[in-house]
Amino acid sequence: MPLIDRHPVLSFKHGRKVEFTFDGKKMQGFEGEPIAMALHSEGVRIYRETPEMKRPRGFFCAIGKCSSCFMLVDDVPNVRTCVTPLREGMRVCTQRGKGAVLPMEGEQ
Amino acid sequence: MNEKHSEIQEAEILVIGGGAAGLSAAAEAASAGAGVLVLESDLHLGGQLVKQTHKFFGSKDEYAGTRGFLIAGKLLEELSAYPDKVKTMTNTAAMGYYKNDGVVTAMRGEEEYFKLKPKRIVMATGAQERLIAFPNNDLPGVYGAGAVQTLMNVYGVSPGDRVLMVGAGNIGLIVSYQLIQAGVSVVGILEAMPNIGGYWVHAAKIRRLGVPILLRHTIRAALGSETVQGALVESLATGERFQLDCDIICMAVGLTPTAEMLWQAGCAMKYIPELCGHVPVRNKRQRTTHEDFWIAGDAAGIEEASAAMIEGRVAGLDAAASLGYSVDENRFDVFAERLNSLRRGDTAAKIRSGLEKVVAA
Ligand SMILES: Cc1cc2nc3c(=O)[nH]c(=O)nc-3n(C[C@H](O)[C@H](O)[C@H](O)COP(=O)(O)OP(=O)(O)OC[C@H]3O[C@@H](n4cnc5c(N)ncnc54)[C@H](O)[C@@H]3O)c2cc1C
Repeated sequence: MPLIDRHPVLSFKHGRKVEFTFDGKKMQGFEGEPIAMALHSEGVRIYRETPEMKRPRGFFCAIGKCSSCFMLVDDVPNVRTCVTPLREGMRVCTQRGKGAVLPMEGEQ
Repeated sequence: MNEKHSEIQEAEILVIGGGAAGLSAAAEAASAGAGVLVLESDLHLGGQLVKQTHKFFGSKDEYAGTRGFLIAGKLLEELSAYPDKVKTMTNTAAMGYYKNDGVVTAMRGEEEYFKLKPKRIVMATGAQERLIAFPNNDLPGVYGAGAVQTLMNVYGVSPGDRVLMVGAGNIGLIVSYQLIQAGVSVVGILEAMPNIGGYWVHAAKIRRLGVPILLRHTIRAALGSETVQGALVESLATGERFQLDCDIICMAVGLTPTAEMLWQAGCAMKYIPELCGHVPVRNKRQRTTHEDFWIAGDAAGIEEASAAMIEGRVAGLDAAASLGYSVDENRFDVFAERLNSLRRGDTAAKIRSGLEKVVAA
């Protein structure tokens, strides 16, 4: 993982390492840190595909404002992965298009 | 609808944004006795400060000479003196304001929505990065400078192998230096202007490390099909075009204030180029034309952290005073003098001229 291990000023206190999946592949990241950072450290650069032009999109603003890093997380579309904490066992998928809203409980 | 979602939370003073300005506003309001709720959309408090490894310029009273991320720690320590006055919520973004009943809507995480009814609101939402237009600027690998900082300085993830920096203002220079600290190579810094916008101390550090600063050069395209594999660069002096090999293009072409909610509140807004965008008209105590709203920090105009902290204190104190808390009026004079001394020099001429247009007497 391209983590920074030596730094002249900063020391990084990471939390517990957990497993999650990206498009079905097993990956690791730190619990509580944003999903986007875990993906980036695993070398993933493409997070979604735009609805009309089918262009790849990835990380961009990192403050939850630009929508570039929207992904499908545990079946929920349009999750801002740059500000959503990683949890053990999350299923993270490349989002293609706009994503569909899940039916509410009890609905068809 | 779920109970939790429909109940309205009350707050005396709602501070939106937990950066330099917001934390200072919260501390000041709490010291006067007011109850404060701070909403922060990021996973942690501190705003831009937590991403900065260099020693800050600015005023001594606002911790100049201290590294940015340590300044954030000092503000949080100050806040911890008021545990029953100040409540903070992270991963919580303020979304909208309803003018007819004064309700603020907020979102915690991706799923939990709730309403707030504060008596007073201090907007300290900071800034958003600008982007310039060129083919492929949406390709993964074209990142904002703030995003690169978050990745490497907050989470310790290396952004890439070879970075091309666009913009030689202070942010472009400082982030280039931070990249090198993190062990990433910077292939060059492009600057369209004929001179370096940032401070010479920062430029000199970069030059000593052998990073070329290409003045009068700009980016014409990001190259690559799936992700960035290079950049097409053009000399504005000769028209010559050439390719640079890089996997990250880092955009440091400026910031613009963000305070959309003030439009919803009907505050008088003005476009002020010197302050880098649309900002609210306000009085000397940071109060906008909507009497329940104050503004502070980069959201009030792009400046720097010392000014953001002082403006935050003025806003917090005045908001508390407006609720009837007794405050020491002399503090306003002390803060005004600190702001004046920060804004005295040549480098602050632009700020002074911008403020003249939006600060009502
Ligand atoms: C590379 C770099 C180097 C710098 N170096 C210096 C220096 O040496 N000296 C100096 O004085 N200044 C420096 N600055 C500038 C300084 O960091 C900023 O001026 C200062 O942080 C502004 O503080 P702020 O509180 O207004 O904004 P921010 O620190 O940006 O804080 C705003 C906060 O609001 C939150 N927010 C935004 N919208 C919402 C919403 N709707 N709901 C909830 N929360 C929200 C954001 O997540 C953020 O945390 C530097 C800046 C950069 C980028």
